[in-house]
Amino acid sequence: MKDKTKIGVFVCHCGNNIAGVIDVEKLTEYAKTLPNVVEAFNYKFMCSEIGQELIKEKIKNGEINRVVVAACSPRMHETTFRKVCNEAGLNQYLYEAANIREHCTWVNTQDTEGAYEIAKSHVRMAVAKANKLEALEKFRVQVEPTCLVVGAGIAGMNSALDLSNFGYKVYLVEKTTTIGGHMAQLDKTFPTLDCSSCVITPKMSEVLKAKNIELMTYSEITNISGYVGNFNVTIKKKPHYIDQEICTGCGTCAQECIVIAANEFDLGMKKRKAAYIPFPQAVPGKYTIDMDHCIKCGICAEICPVDAVKYDDKPTFVDIKVGTIILSTGYDLYDPTILRQYGYGKYPNVITGLEMERLMSSFGPTEGKVKRRSDLKEPSTIVFLQCVGSRDFTEKGNKYCSRVCCMYSAKQARLFKEKHPNANIFIFYIDIRAFGKGYEEFYDSTGREFHIKFIRGRISEVVEDEEHNIIVRGEDTLLQKLIRIKADLLVLAVGLEPRQDSNKITRLFNVQRSEDGFLMEAHPKLRPVETLTDGIFIAGAVQGPKDIPDAIAQAKAAALQSALLIAKGKVEIDPIFSIVLNHRCAGCKSCISVCPFNAISFNELQKVAEINKILCKGCGTCVAACPTSAIIQNQFGNAQLLPMIHNAVQKSEKIGG
Amino acid sequence: METNVSNFNPSILGIFCHWCSYAGADQAGTSRMQRAANLRIIRVMCGGRITPEFIITALKDGIDGILISHCHPGDCHYVSGNLKTIRRIPLFLSYLKQFGINPKRIKYIFVSASEGAKLTNIVNKFVEELKILGPSPIKNQNPNFIEKSLQNKVKII
Repeated sequence: MKDKTKIGVFVCHCGNNIAGVIDVEKLTEYAKTLPNVVEAFNYKFMCSEIGQELIKEKIKNGEINRVVVAACSPRMHETTFRKVCNEAGLNQYLYEAANIREHCTWVNTQDTEGAYEIAKSHVRMAVAKANKLEALEKFRVQVEPTCLVVGAGIAGMNSALDLSNFGYKVYLVEKTTTIGGHMAQLDKTFPTLDCSSCVITPKMSEVLKAKNIELMTYSEITNISGYVGNFNVTIKKKPHYIDQEICTGCGTCAQECIVIAANEFDLGMKKRKAAYIPFPQAVPGKYTIDMDHCIKCGICAEICPVDAVKYDDKPTFVDIKVGTIILSTGYDLYDPTILRQYGYGKYPNVITGLEMERLMSSFGPTEGKVKRRSDLKEPSTIVFLQCVGSRDFTEKGNKYCSRVCCMYSAKQARLFKEKHPNANIFIFYIDIRAFGKGYEEFYDSTGREFHIKFIRGRISEVVEDEEHNIIVRGEDTLLQKLIRIKADLLVLAVGLEPRQDSNKITRLFNVQRSEDGFLMEAHPKLRPVETLTDGIFIAGAVQGPKDIPDAIAQAKAAALQSALLIAKGKVEIDPIFSIVLNHRCAGCKSCISVCPFNAISFNELQKVAEINKILCKGCGTCVAACPTSAIIQNQFGNAQLLPMIHNAVQKSEKIGG
Repeated sequence: METNVSNFNPSILGIFCHWCSYAGADQAGTSRMQRAANLRIIRVMCGGRITPEFIITALKDGIDGILISHCHPGDCHYVSGNLKTIRRIPLFLSYLKQFGINPKRIKYIFVSASEGAKLTNIVNKFVEELKILGPSPIKNQNPNFIEKSLQNKVKII
């Protein structure tokens, strides 16, 4: 015999977020009038310990056997309140949320009456659903004790190393031929002026040596299926045309190769051969032939001492099974060509911050001596322009602050000044954002001790004279003076952007992007490394512009979250799968054709459809497609949703759901 | 008539998918984007779950406008659930005309988890549109009228 339904409604004040807009007392009283509601309370913070105890107490005393909490979005605290029910001995699926914060008081702050009506609606609908809720049992699946890390920049490498130190198998997949990412391209890092290579190259070799890391460079993910704990991933290993197993990295092929191409690692400022490694310290230090440029002359094949060259190399596909995934695919640089007023791409002596970085690098195109592109002379007057493509509300730019440009310009200016004490350096800025540990001090001494002139203002015009000097006109908005500077070099401090192919990543991995185009975290404050897809985490600049310490911190956090899942060994899955009612099924197979997960099969013996509850993700597409209403979805069946719709608006003559 | 329009406060039922549109509505909330207080939202896990039955039920209950929203095509958390709805809803709307209901009462949009601003704009505009359309004709009808016409309702796959 089923117990009588006794619903308890708990209205949260959420400090002033809810109570400041609507009358929570009145709402509580209203809730008491709804069908089967036996108790209604309100409290300042339902999610607090006291609020939770209040719910628990009512459940334990047997006063209620259904819980409705009218508070924030279920995406925020559904799990919290389900846990409360669980701890009090009530099936956690007998809880329902009424969202009266995000969808009500926060968006109708001024219209208190309107907000109150919406709140009433949401509570009424939640109670209607609660009346029809069924107790469900979670089911558990094994977690594969392996992790896939996509992108081997400084973030991905740190995640991989941490997980490998836990003793878990890690597949580290990198798109290019070497690991290291953007950090490997940097000369020095702010604010300590550590040599970037000295920091990252030991890490790179550590990754290569770690016995739990299977490194797959020059590889891409082509397909992914499955769910938390059990992802099936297909990886495409692009052909190197040189057998990576045999290649010793002696470099004879590159020495003898007759084809010259631009080296992407040096942003095209340095030449490489068609047989190449991107830079001397690349990991793994094995050579690759760039088939876009190779003319197949056969010299390398002939000269290779170990016969590693294979012109007929084909891509290979590897299938792996992993429990968790960390995305750390990094960022792209903003392309300033579109901002034509700054002349990038038009004038040879206008360069980007990363190009400056390569010029300063000891293994860069000019071996650490900054030289002008036009005449290879060393510049003596350099102008930096901040916020190129960042904090730009026009269509051409990005609205956000890229967080690293202020510091990298200050660093480059200072490093240049150290070597050229007589140089004149100007930095045009909107605001200097030196927020990190030691950053403000660094900025301060850059200006004070190194006499680098910071000018608040934008550049209005950039033109070139016959000698390719850059004439910069701008305004010092603090002194309210117009400025004209004849500079040898203009460095555009370009910002960070989401990867061009991040659309591909979001679709492949089923993760969301935020408005700026970077990947979105599950919660901006409480869950910064998780995505909305269980088992997939994000680390580094893929989530938003970050400096190196922040990227590493996030990478380590993502590794820990990943390890937590694996260490538990099993993961609980919401039982919101669909069920076929055999007596209603007509065997039309409509559901089979619409299921995105191939979770439905046809039982030839009984001539009915069957749903595999592990494969079913609970989207409910089959429920909508079934012409005989033979499929019900747990928690989201017609039994639950139709009463909600019935109760969306209040009608005086209404007779129940 | 003029006064009628301005006094009329339309009711809107939103049926949103959990991953994109519900999250987008949450984002509108956390960003405190103010909108007209007419929208109440029901959550389903996927746009693919949304059936004409929901719309019919809501219309029968006298709701003035229905806002259906899910992920953009290609962004579905469940790979392709929303693509089924993309086919289902427009087809259903063409049937709706035959029952004397203006299909403009049903708004079908895509809102991603970051498009709270877009949602806010659409809701505000929808409220204005519904004010011009006036209250749902079903409100004052004999409930049997629609019941009868919908008795042999066709489910559209």
